[in-house]
Amino acid sequence: MKIFCWIACVALTGIALSAPGGAKAEDRRSVIMANTCYSCHGADGHSVGAMPSIAGKSADYIVEALLKFRDGRKPSTVMARIAKGFTDDEIKALAKHFARQ
Amino acid sequence: MKKISRRNFTALATSAVGVSTIGFPMLATAKSANVVIIGGGFGGATAAKYLKRFDDSINVTLVEPAKAFVTCPFSNTVIGGLNPISKITHGYDGLRKRGVKVVHDRASAIDAAGKKVSLAGGSTLSYDRLIVSPGIDFRWGAIEGAEASIVDSIPHAWQAGAQTMLLRKQLEAMPDGGVFVISPPGNPFRCPPGPGERISLVANYFKQHKPKSKIIALDPKPKFSKQGLFKEGWAKLYPGMIDYRNLGNDGKVVRVDGKAMTLETDLGDKLRGDVVNFIPAQRAGKIAQTAGLADKSGWCPVDHTTFESNIHPAIHVIGDASIASPMPKSGFAASSQAKVCAAAIAALLSGGDVSRPKFVNTCYSLVAEDYGISVAMVYDFASGKIIKVKGSGGLSPSGASDTFHQQEADFARGWYDSIAADIFG
Repeated sequence: MKIFCWIACVALTGIALSAPGGAKAEDRRSVIMANTCYSCHGADGHSVGAMPSIAGKSADYIVEALLKFRDGRKPSTVMARIAKGFTDDEIKALAKHFARQ
Repeated sequence: MKKISRRNFTALATSAVGVSTIGFPMLATAKSANVVIIGGGFGGATAAKYLKRFDDSINVTLVEPAKAFVTCPFSNTVIGGLNPISKITHGYDGLRKRGVKVVHDRASAIDAAGKKVSLAGGSTLSYDRLIVSPGIDFRWGAIEGAEASIVDSIPHAWQAGAQTMLLRKQLEAMPDGGVFVISPPGNPFRCPPGPGERISLVANYFKQHKPKSKIIALDPKPKFSKQGLFKEGWAKLYPGMIDYRNLGNDGKVVRVDGKAMTLETDLGDKLRGDVVNFIPAQRAGKIAQTAGLADKSGWCPVDHTTFESNIHPAIHVIGDASIASPMPKSGFAASSQAKVCAAAIAALLSGGDVSRPKFVNTCYSLVAEDYGISVAMVYDFASGKIIKVKGSGGLSPSGASDTFHQQEADFARGWYDSIAADIFG
């Protein structure tokens, strides 16, 4: 009975922390954004062609690369045009998502 | 309170939190939901895979007549003699391995009220949600003489497979000094830069094997996708070979003669080709028409966060058949929409919120094997519809270096292999 209370307390805490609805939709939007990358960079970021793989790259690497593409500090053929489609917050969310993989 | 050891507490806490965060959305699902998908191309196959990724408990059934899918993207490389058709052919074992049930049959009817799909082979599939991704159908008869019966002599090759091989064989059989006549349709149609790439890779083939041959394009539009970039490449690589006639230059075809192999223009010019490629005007695929999912335009109006039909609830339409402007009708766009649609359906089936979507489209075109060009765009959702993200996207620059164009050609090939793995792998 007492162990049940412990488990119930922790479980309820877990539910409250995961904050369903709004937070879940935000997490899913990170996934939706990452999914747009896979058409060129391969399933889950494992490229099978000339594009570099993004799987396993650190969050810092992703953020820096996208920001540099976006403002032209890093030359590109298409990535500047793509990176300009993402805000700072979206880039950070993307990087956090890739870091979790 | 009975004392609990720290080790036991940690074990209990971890397992309890694990159940609550992973299990919480699943608790809302009373039983496994059924999603049926009509069409196994860029849209349908992507939706099948990504539905399982978002929620493996969903029963996903994909209905596709073909045992293997032949892609329109990169079919111009087959027509131009650069690749065998096997390069652009993809089977469905990858989807099967993920638990997708693949049924090789054709959907003949949809009972929207009863939520059932009838298959030509006689069986019926029930669904909680239906995704319709049928591609295009052609508007036969919109131009005099342009009937379905002409395709064995005047191919469209705008649905890949047998038509791709037919056009390739016709070009191989053409003598040096022959004329290839191509006529793209008015907007909207599948793959706006496609005709430009086809002209390019046929020109590339002629340059190497039949250099006295000529290409004439008859286009009813005032301009075409990536026009500036294509013409820049053509001037450099195929000078004097390509005569592209737009709307202002008698480019509109008013009559097709499948026996005489001629296209007649608005001003009465009759152009005969040794090989003729007539690409008819288009509309949403047949099943979308018969199921009442299309509006007067011939295309299917949908919600841009879920791709649910504005006409029939619980039916989602993605890819070429949907009205998703400003997104173009392309394989990349269909796949992008499918991923958003899958996310939305997974959310709807588990009682969660539908996220604000994000889409990308990048169209690569090969002007030659070592010369690529591209047009890209990032899309978001605002004021109830898909919008272009301001400042993003655009065309490859004009006057770019040979290195730039080589890189884009390499990326074109890389894109194709990556998206094929992303969808069918």
